[in-house]
Amino acid sequence: MNPIELYIHIPFCVKKCLYCDFLSGVFDEKMQRRYTAALCTEIKYVAATHPNCIISTIYVGGGTPSWLSEDLMDAIITTVKECFKIDPLAEISVECNPGTLSAEKLNVYRSIGINRLSIGLQSANDDELKELGRIHDYNRFLHTFDLVRKAGFDNVNVDIMTGLPHQNVAKLEKTLNAVTMLRPEHISAYSLIIEKGTPFYEKYRFDAVKQQAGMETEELPTDEEAYRLYKFTMDYLENKGYKRYEISNYARNGKICRHNVGYWDRVPYLGVGLGSASLFDNVRTTNLRDIYKYVEISEAIENGTIPSAELSSPYFDSEEQLSKKDAMEEFMFLGLRKIDGVARSDFFQMFGIDIEAIYGPIITALRNQGFMEAKEGRLYLTDIGIDVSNQVLSKFLLDK
Amino acid sequence: MDQSKIRNFCIVAHIDHGKSTLADRIIQMTGTLTDREMQAQVLDNMDLERERGITIKSQAVRIIYKADDGQEYIFNLIDTPGHVDFNYEVSRSLAACDGAILVVDAAQGIEAQTLANVYLALDHDLDVIPVINKIDLPSADPEHVIEEIEDIIGLEAQDAPQISAKTGLNIHDVLEAIVHQLPAPNGDVKAPLQALIFDSLYDPYKGVIVFCRVKEGTLKVGDKVRMMATNAEFDVVEVGYFGAGQFIPCDELPAGMVGYMTASIKNVRDTRVGDTITHVNRPAAEPLPGYKKVNPMVYCGLYPADGAKYPDLRDALEKLQLNDAALQFEPETSIALGFGFRCGFLGLLHLEIIQERLEREYNLDLVTTAPSVVYRVHKTDGTMIELTNPSNLPDPSEIDYMEEPMVDAEIMVTSEFIGAIMDLCQERRGQYISMEYIEETRALIKYTLPLNEIIYDFFDALKSRSRGYASFDYEMKGYQKSELVKLDILINKEEVDALSFIVFSGTAYERGRKMCEKLKDEIPRHLFEIPIQAAVGSKVIARETVKAMRKDVLAKCYGGDISRKKKLLEKQKEGKKRMRQVGNVEIPQAAFMSVLKLDED
Repeated sequence: MNPIELYIHIPFCVKKCLYCDFLSGVFDEKMQRRYTAALCTEIKYVAATHPNCIISTIYVGGGTPSWLSEDLMDAIITTVKECFKIDPLAEISVECNPGTLSAEKLNVYRSIGINRLSIGLQSANDDELKELGRIHDYNRFLHTFDLVRKAGFDNVNVDIMTGLPHQNVAKLEKTLNAVTMLRPEHISAYSLIIEKGTPFYEKYRFDAVKQQAGMETEELPTDEEAYRLYKFTMDYLENKGYKRYEISNYARNGKICRHNVGYWDRVPYLGVGLGSASLFDNVRTTNLRDIYKYVEISEAIENGTIPSAELSSPYFDSEEQLSKKDAMEEFMFLGLRKIDGVARSDFFQMFGIDIEAIYGPIITALRNQGFMEAKEGRLYLTDIGIDVSNQVLSKFLLDK
Repeated sequence: MDQSKIRNFCIVAHIDHGKSTLADRIIQMTGTLTDREMQAQVLDNMDLERERGITIKSQAVRIIYKADDGQEYIFNLIDTPGHVDFNYEVSRSLAACDGAILVVDAAQGIEAQTLANVYLALDHDLDVIPVINKIDLPSADPEHVIEEIEDIIGLEAQDAPQISAKTGLNIHDVLEAIVHQLPAPNGDVKAPLQALIFDSLYDPYKGVIVFCRVKEGTLKVGDKVRMMATNAEFDVVEVGYFGAGQFIPCDELPAGMVGYMTASIKNVRDTRVGDTITHVNRPAAEPLPGYKKVNPMVYCGLYPADGAKYPDLRDALEKLQLNDAALQFEPETSIALGFGFRCGFLGLLHLEIIQERLEREYNLDLVTTAPSVVYRVHKTDGTMIELTNPSNLPDPSEIDYMEEPMVDAEIMVTSEFIGAIMDLCQERRGQYISMEYIEETRALIKYTLPLNEIIYDFFDALKSRSRGYASFDYEMKGYQKSELVKLDILINKEEVDALSFIVFSGTAYERGRKMCEKLKDEIPRHLFEIPIQAAVGSKVIARETVKAMRKDVLAKCYGGDISRKKKLLEKQKEGKKRMRQVGNVEIPQAAFMSVLKLDED
């Protein structure tokens, strides 16, 4: 039995947030039902084409999966259970937004085995929430969190964001204080990225360039301020007993997100749903991103006509066989996102060659510059290395 | 052909006064081209020339005109380059003519280049017919321009054709004036051969095509000829004349004719502009006067942006040189830029044209170092070197003194801007010579200026300080002793050879400061702090710092979409490739060009 992870994408939102470039949109309940049916078809299809797998983690991401009515969520998880073997200790997470959960829904979640929730708060300041285009205010979040705890969930993540327009240390501290007081098991703290194709891009693109160049900005924090906010978050959370185990992720009592760590460790995973990504047998694939095509393919399969496809699944949009070089690059730039880095022995075991033979000069240079350290057979980024990880990790891409 | 029915002439004008348009119109009116064949500006046949509206290479065309007297005349129209960089080419083109049409803009009147070109034409004993162009403009003031021509140049202009080359108005008057006011050539078709080379062109099939004016004797197919300056000898394969845009072979070119010859010549350097072609068997006693070897005035380093393209750059330069004897280059290496070439040009326009042609016609991405003039370095041991690359400046202890090239500049400007222009010349270390009012509202100012002060952006500064009204011309004057120093740029404490330049010691501090400011903006932040210093010798005279980048985190998770994450990292890495690595600092290629634009603000 091969242990694998399963990612399930739910591309629906009550309203699109102004900074978000994830694959999601506002669709009515009819479309949600149609999509769920299509998703269940894909799950069956994927299970049939990947026999002998046992699922160690499930992550239902979005969009806002918690917006789906409980019967649809039930249908999805039930289908997974029917088609796959699932580790009895599997971590099963669902992404939620404040205001989309009820006591009844949470009871259904519990009954079908969902044991971890990730709640998107982003900020405890209502003005910031409004600016981000979130659907909720801080009180709504408190109510949701209370429901979640009352329903018995003991593995809960709260998402927050740093580097927001007009954010300062005082405002951030308020958010951090509000969150840590509630003692969630896990906190993800992401820096705002101004992504193309979002309303934020139109509004802040020039500011983002200025920020990147280290110049004075209008509304976004300057690069120095953003750095201070990011560092403040780190110190604050560590102080409250949250241990950073990845660039943006903090956990207390070892309650890390096993699913996400699987990505950094290159554990095989299957993604189902619109636009989802998979890694299996060193092949990376992504599903198509057109929701109508997606449901049509599933409906065709249900009708007994398997659509012909150039790629190995009719759901695929891209398929890439990873070379050894690709795999080595990934091993490094994914593994080094973790605070404890990568093990030399893992590299040797996976690729049959000493890590120094491939990356020796780069490792030496980064160690000399203080961005990397080596201890007890492991290589890992230092704090300042993580601060500029984008720069540092790009050095592990090999020349063609 | 009867010599009395031939007219060899050129058109001279200040830039933009309509020289090429008039040439087009003459060609069109004489019926050698149908309207359909008539592309705008037939004579400027390089794309670049058409785009910039300037003539880079001389061109010639033979046309047939049936005059009002019922006779057919052969017109050989020789187009001349209009820019001061190509002054020598202009003078050789003029020497191939017997007359010239002077085009003056009816609105703008006489400008500095008008004067320079007219004097050049008169120096060559050409008869000059003035023509007043752009008569259709609302601001045209022909009466005033006639006065100017008569007062300033001393040419009779009352009967000058008043035309619009653009609309075709009164072009007929010009054609008749050519017949009646310009002289026919003379020359003995039986005398020993003397043919003046005024241009050449490399053709991959025929070899060099030599453009010449036969002054004495006759040039025939099969003749054995010698170039009197280079002593190269060839067998003539083909002679002919110029149709519109094509070469039309004929049997012979007798005295008085303008045409071309080919002789399987592989190297354009064997057929220098200004040289005289004669017969090997019956040589002329003397070459035609005026030949000189042109030397580059401005040098710069040209490097391929992608080091692997070095051989491509060499091939491209060799090909361009086939057509352009004035272009010189030799290999050089720079610590910062790798392998490249030190190239010599007639002037900054020539440099820009070559650079653009390399980029456009040969698809090369180039990094250009700051242009430099040729300095003379007199060493303490009594020897002298001509310095074309600042990096080669000897140790100061070995230098006795240095000299820099000077020019005599003539600037024509309306009186309200005289002060501003004199300030500019003063700032550029000019030595005032004289000023005369050529009419009530306009003056001709003469200055001696160091060439290195005008090669960057003098022309732009002149235009902006006179709201476009000043015109400018210059000629080389020779060398003058000067206090010069080498300004070095240190990035992260390492000297970047490609950024060094020679500067007048009195302006070194200012240049160094601007340079550091500019580089600070050009160099992206690194993972460490980067000091940028300007130094003269071991003395740092200016300093800026590029602050270290402290945060660059790619935190988003993208639901396991690792391909997207990798693409972002690849983009990061790709960006670095377009940079030049100096020590452990990555310098964008644009930074090497930034030295050229120090006076922008």
